[in-house]
Amino acid sequence: MTTLTAAPKTASPPSRPRTSTGISRWKRRIPLLPALVFTIVVTQLPFVATLVISTFQWNILKPGDRHFVGLSNFRFVFTDDRLRTAVLNTMVLTASVVLISVVLGLGLAMLLDRRFLGRGLARTMLIAPFLVMPVAAALLWKHAIYNPDYGLLNGTLNAVYRLFGAANGPTIDWVSSYPMPAVVVSLVWQWTPFMMLILLAGLQAQPGDVLEAARMDGASALQTFRHITLPHLRQYIELGILLGTIYVVQTFDAVYTITQGGPGSQTTNLPYEIYLTMFRKYEYGQAAAAGVVVVLGSILIATFALRTIASLFREEVSR
Amino acid sequence: MRTRRMIQVLATATAAGSLLVACSGAGSSAGSGDGGKSINVLMVGNPQMEDIAKLTKSTFTKDTGIKVNFTILPENELRDKVTQDIATQAGQYDVATIGAYEVPIWTKNGWLHELGSYADKDASFDKSDLLKPMVTSLSGSDGKLYALPFYGESSFLMYNKDVMKAKGITVPEHPTWQQIADIAAKVDGAEPGMRGICLRGLAGWGELGASLTTVVNTFGGTWFTKDWKAEVNSPAFKKATNFYVDLVKKHGEAGAAQSGFTECLNAMSQKKVAMWYDATSAAGSLEDPSASKIAGHVGYAYAPTAETKSSGWLWSWAWAMPKTTKNADAAAKFMLWASSKKYEQLVGEKLGWARVPAGKRASTYEIPQYQKAAASFGDITLKSIESADPANPGVQPRPTVGVQYVAIPEFQDLGTKVTQEISAAIAGKTSVDQALNDGQKLAEDVAKNYQK
Repeated sequence: MTTLTAAPKTASPPSRPRTSTGISRWKRRIPLLPALVFTIVVTQLPFVATLVISTFQWNILKPGDRHFVGLSNFRFVFTDDRLRTAVLNTMVLTASVVLISVVLGLGLAMLLDRRFLGRGLARTMLIAPFLVMPVAAALLWKHAIYNPDYGLLNGTLNAVYRLFGAANGPTIDWVSSYPMPAVVVSLVWQWTPFMMLILLAGLQAQPGDVLEAARMDGASALQTFRHITLPHLRQYIELGILLGTIYVVQTFDAVYTITQGGPGSQTTNLPYEIYLTMFRKYEYGQAAAAGVVVVLGSILIATFALRTIASLFREEVSR
Repeated sequence: MRTRRMIQVLATATAAGSLLVACSGAGSSAGSGDGGKSINVLMVGNPQMEDIAKLTKSTFTKDTGIKVNFTILPENELRDKVTQDIATQAGQYDVATIGAYEVPIWTKNGWLHELGSYADKDASFDKSDLLKPMVTSLSGSDGKLYALPFYGESSFLMYNKDVMKAKGITVPEHPTWQQIADIAAKVDGAEPGMRGICLRGLAGWGELGASLTTVVNTFGGTWFTKDWKAEVNSPAFKKATNFYVDLVKKHGEAGAAQSGFTECLNAMSQKKVAMWYDATSAAGSLEDPSASKIAGHVGYAYAPTAETKSSGWLWSWAWAMPKTTKNADAAAKFMLWASSKKYEQLVGEKLGWARVPAGKRASTYEIPQYQKAAASFGDITLKSIESADPANPGVQPRPTVGVQYVAIPEFQDLGTKVTQEISAAIAGKTSVDQALNDGQKLAEDVAKNYQK
């Protein structure tokens, strides 16, 4: 954060005229005040309200039983087995989705960076999954692909078995047998294009003369990639990982639609667990406390993300 | 200085006063701007509700001048929305569809308007025609009626007659669960890719929870005893759950742990399973030739039993009026019309007799046209509803009224979490014993709120 604020200071031109009187400065600010107040009202007040609610025992199905309980909701959040499982599941889900889609996205970006016939079309089609609405994508995976009766996976298996003379292939219940991989794969499908876009931008920003020089020096393709392209892409990869993490942590649609958090609580992540607390248990206090904890966690990640972006900009400026 | 302050005070007072006036003006105009002739109705998106949304304007609004604004939502979202609206006293809706589960809880909280007196005043409504289990499940502990049933259902067994005939099996009219398990084993694989039976395996208190609880009831188990002792890992509950999980694992539908009502309806109508135990309201969809491959080839039997005489569940979607409404009379008029004989007649004539919102009135089953349309399942539906005993559905007395749920606010959460574990057992990820021992802990926590 400090670097972010420090950077513009040095960059600001010294010739800028400065009005010294406080009154005229405020006069200039007055037209902006309503916007500031509005921003505070819509972004900060709800959070303050959430903070307040998180200190209450409040179940809306039991009117008249709302009272202040201090931090006991937070104690519940940190000691509840289900929430701990949810935190663990969120971490597994986020890490695997982000890492796998970065690797796949890098591969696709490398391919798209070359010139070939129909590159524009290929790029558009590869981006498509990212444009599909999350719920629609989840429904597509649940029904068209994973369904044991009429899904694409078992259909393909059956066709292959029949090719070799068997009457029927195995009926694999993908979602129940491999719940976490099932969710991860569908999310990777959605997020790979995002990573691909970022990395493609990075690849295309790569100076051609450096690559040419490497070729002249006799470096193999692998060596060029390892020693020139990858270091160049480092910040783009970091950016992709951090932005991806911020979004994937909040995944709800895929979990809700494909597995309903199950079987058991094997794919219940934090957003889904909070949803259950809010709309099955109607414990607003507990849900708010869990929400606060998630927000604090996200701010932590976001801080790192901002730092990376800041360093990215610094690099651009110095270039 | 003093005058200035005076002016300030005056100005503030005037401002506040005019604000108040403005507020009250707005309030009253919203309440009676169009003479209370417009009501907001929130309802679940089932076919019967979509029908009434279509029919209201040309009939009810035309006759009474009351405009009805419908909001239709899927079941889960409806519950979220209606609970919030009523619990926070937002007062956005004059009428909402709720189920038998909500009535006693919400009545206790004082959220609902009493409706029995409205029904008594309207002679053509004929309150005594309503089926008794419906009235019981929609009444508060004070014995007054708090919701008017729109349609009702129980549960029964549906089977593919062709498959049974080919295998030479006769399904008894009153089967036991053991008989059904034996038949499931015999018909499993009767056709390529066909499984023996479809039973809900999808987690959720209203999904797997509903089917399983009826089995637990008839095996002699219960969630809680009369004096609030948790019984989730009792021998009877365990025996029932083991039976259910074994049956669905061995001969159940593919993807059982993810299958709820919709998935089973699909499996049955596409001939992927030979039998299906579920809601009586499913029959209408199974007999629809445009959606179902086995229309006209379905046999029906009563809900299988073990130790009780009957074991069908009892559910109804019913109209309720939040206390916050400002249009009570108009809302009551709408509810009485929607639950009336006249409305059933209207649906029958305009949309077809199979689409009548049935299961709430004895007289429905005496209409010749309806009898013809529902020849294969109408009679057994009525008898299943009549033999359901929401006050005493098992072998021991219960603390609350209700067959396939426990009517306490905590049950949505408890039922969802326990069925998540049982669903995991169906998927082979945990054992029934483990699932129920974990469930027992949750149930004990809930019971503490009620023990004296």
